[in-house]
Amino acid sequence: MSNLSESKYRGYEADRSKYPRMENGKPVIDLESHMYTKLWQGPQHPGVTGNMAVELIVNGDEIVDAKTHMGYLHRAFEKLMERRRYIQCFPLVCRICVPEPDTNEYCVSAAMEDLAGIQVPERALWLRTLNLEMSRIGSYLMWLGGQAGSLGMGAIGQWTIGMRDFWLDLFEEMTGGRVYHMYMIPGGVRKTLPEGFRDRARELIVTTRKLLYDVENTFLSNAIIKSRLQGLGVISPEMVDEYGIVGPNARASGMEHDIRINNPYVKYGELDVKMLTSTVGDAYARAELRYRDLHQSLDLVTEILNRIPQDGPIQADMPNLLNWKIPAGQTYVKAESTRGEHGFYMVSDGSDKPRRVFARGASYTHAISVLEELAVNISISDLAGLMVSLHTCPPEIER
Amino acid sequence: MKLKDVLSPLRVWERAAKKPMTIKDPINDRPGAVNYRGFHKNDFSKCIGCGSCEEICQNDAIDLVPVEGQETVEGDSGLRPMIDYGRCCWCALCVDVCPTGALTMSNEYTWIADNPEDYRFVPGADKTAWQDSEKGYTRSPDIQILDYERVDMQELEPEERDKSFIEIVKGYNKEQAMKEAERCLECGLCIATCPAHMDIPGYIAAIRDDDIDNALRILYETNPMPEICGRICTHKCETVCALHNNGDPLAIRWLKRYIVDQVPADKYSEILGTDHLEDEVLNRKVAIIGAGPAGLSAAYYLAIMGYKTKVYEALPDPGGMVRYGIPEYRLPYDQIDKDIDYIRSLGVEIQFNTRVGTDITLEELHGSYDAVFAGTGLHLGRSTRVPGADNKRVYFATDLLREVTLGNEIDVAENIVVIGGGNVAMDITRTLARLQNLKYGKVQVLATCLEAEDIMPADVEEVVEAREENAVIDPGWGPKEIEIRDGKVYGLHVVKCLSVFDENGRFSPKFDEDQKKFFKADMVVESIGQGMDLSYLSEGIKSDLKFSPRGRIEVDDSFQSSLQWLFVGGDIIQGPDVIHGIANGYIAAKGIDTYLNKK
Repeated sequence: MSNLSESKYRGYEADRSKYPRMENGKPVIDLESHMYTKLWQGPQHPGVTGNMAVELIVNGDEIVDAKTHMGYLHRAFEKLMERRRYIQCFPLVCRICVPEPDTNEYCVSAAMEDLAGIQVPERALWLRTLNLEMSRIGSYLMWLGGQAGSLGMGAIGQWTIGMRDFWLDLFEEMTGGRVYHMYMIPGGVRKTLPEGFRDRARELIVTTRKLLYDVENTFLSNAIIKSRLQGLGVISPEMVDEYGIVGPNARASGMEHDIRINNPYVKYGELDVKMLTSTVGDAYARAELRYRDLHQSLDLVTEILNRIPQDGPIQADMPNLLNWKIPAGQTYVKAESTRGEHGFYMVSDGSDKPRRVFARGASYTHAISVLEELAVNISISDLAGLMVSLHTCPPEIER
Repeated sequence: MKLKDVLSPLRVWERAAKKPMTIKDPINDRPGAVNYRGFHKNDFSKCIGCGSCEEICQNDAIDLVPVEGQETVEGDSGLRPMIDYGRCCWCALCVDVCPTGALTMSNEYTWIADNPEDYRFVPGADKTAWQDSEKGYTRSPDIQILDYERVDMQELEPEERDKSFIEIVKGYNKEQAMKEAERCLECGLCIATCPAHMDIPGYIAAIRDDDIDNALRILYETNPMPEICGRICTHKCETVCALHNNGDPLAIRWLKRYIVDQVPADKYSEILGTDHLEDEVLNRKVAIIGAGPAGLSAAYYLAIMGYKTKVYEALPDPGGMVRYGIPEYRLPYDQIDKDIDYIRSLGVEIQFNTRVGTDITLEELHGSYDAVFAGTGLHLGRSTRVPGADNKRVYFATDLLREVTLGNEIDVAENIVVIGGGNVAMDITRTLARLQNLKYGKVQVLATCLEAEDIMPADVEEVVEAREENAVIDPGWGPKEIEIRDGKVYGLHVVKCLSVFDENGRFSPKFDEDQKKFFKADMVVESIGQGMDLSYLSEGIKSDLKFSPRGRIEVDDSFQSSLQWLFVGGDIIQGPDVIHGIANGYIAAKGIDTYLNKK
């Protein structure tokens, strides 16, 4: 395994020596000189992790400058919520992130509960923890397929997306929905676990581990993959602080930060969540860290399944949610998504609708400032792999 | 580069020999989960068209529309949800909010239709492939979107109240009222059912906003007796309340009382904008017979419209049955006065102790006034006419209640039987229990009626409270004979009543003569309904008036009789209850206005 000193590319301090001239920190590119070509990667591109585009300036197949463009996916969730009663916000927010909608559901419900001073019952907290951890598994499986696919290994994408669907089957049983679960309602959750759910979940954990063993052999322990990912998109510890990098991207560079451990929410405080880190900071280190985190999530789901109380209420005593007014105040609620810190800032003016909601997704930093910096000097063919290695999710940039 | 990293990926070939994990034909081999949020279904036998699904839908995907074959009836708007699948996001909040549990979802995954219009449909009315599907998403009993639990009303304990006529119900405080008001889902089924069509969701919303002035204005738009109605209204609104399908109905009556209890009497004219009413008086005069709810309601709205009104009342105080038929512990006299004094402050004159027909004739009123409204009520008792019912110790409930209000002493016996199972029967039972308690220090009053306990016409709380006050309620018996010994009442013989109504819903009691019972008593009170006294109508007027086959005066939609100048309303036309009287008075006032403008 490589380490920082051996890496081919230096992410933080991009080598811009090939540029003709810099002005205000940006190269002055003369397209007429025929030395450079402008190339758009996205918004419709299989290697892009959603609807966003990267405007590239390339010299041969080497990227000299990159600019991220957003705006293809704007659905104005934050503004829509200002026009909706609190209970009506809850079906909206899951759509902020397709692969991992539950973090949004949790954050928005928890923000409302925090403002209204509502205590969620024990059983509902456990069910929420289960839901959140299962959604992390679903998200990681999707990412794993994406990471392999972006490097040309389509088969692994088929395996993991197929496996993710089995997890979606569990979500379907638990919540009534496959992709958008809409499970965490203000005050608790909507349904109890159906009969036999625990056994089916345990079986699926075993099957998933078998698949992951194959993935490890074919993907992580693969000379080609290693040669392409090692040294790609290195994030140095200094860069973590300066750019506000979070989640596995930060942990792979040695930063010990996981909200499940640092600021435990729902029932994470009672679970044995381990801080997984690496010191290398390149795309391979991030992939390996996510792989280990996925195994940890499977462990956690096993533990949660054993500990969910069989009885007890699943919703706090709530008023009529059609007329629910929340006392004036403001709050910020955060949770650890697979991409890092995911948060909701919510302001209430005492009426039945939120005055302002701000959804903070980890991808804002990762897909714009970090990607623009790390993309410089790499080959066009590595860009998709780099984007996926940052686990960017454009919908959470455009709320 | 390690050799392991070169060889290890070749293990991908192992999978070629493994059985695939995937399902070959998922649509057929793998049905949706039992709980899956598929496509909407609506059980019309449960749906009441309350529109809470429409209200909660954040996509505006649901519209309540009229559907062929669905009639608007009490407690059912007759409308049904139409769902637009171009907008729906399948969050199923509509299913969770549905108070009746009518709206559910099937567990189908796919649906394809050629016509885009098909994707906007009325589940339950339009034929769908999944309408008979038994599985799918349903409302969970473990959660609630609406609040089905009523805020408890504080009441006097039985031992605090059984020797006095102090009001039992204490009323909501601000916190309780706002909490209760929050439960309203604003479906409006109550508006349609209330005889006065009060804007109930409107004034409840005003309570939530803590805007009591506005709430009072909304009350007075259709009801000038909110203190009275806030205490003793028959609250048909609560019976049809959508919440009643899955829990406690909203305490609409107590919330109305909360509003008026907050406003001091001297603030009314300022809040309601009637402080300069005298500047707009018309030169038209209307006479009103009877200062009960119907008459005073008509007088109020006529006064607001600028008419000079004068009310003729036979008894010494205003209120009619509200004062003389309802005991003080349910409706204190000062609260009646608060409502009526405000009506009088608008220039409505009441002439007491004047019985039309004896002190002044209807013809004279017709001569001196442009129109007359009669709301004379049901003040005559009805007798069971069983042997012994003509004894002097056999009374009518209405007579006794009136005597209590007038302050006259009643010769309360030690052992009393009341015949009747309505609210008036409970009123007299509980009044006599109090009087017995004061006189003898114990209660020996028993009420019996034809109806079995579950179909007793009295409110359940009345029966419960009567028992708390040590009265005995023994329903399901028909009176056979009042036994008289030496000219004195000895007791009541009853036989078991098997059914009260025939299959067509007509009153036709059936008895089992073999099951007998005897209730010992030295005084019997009959409370089986009231009759009207129309003796103030002279023969001449009677011959010009049209009567229904059941002896009621026939009126049109504006309560105008066949004599154009005579409007009739209240218990003698509809009801009997306060809110019908108030509603009749309101409509008649508008009818009188239309009639006089045309004249």
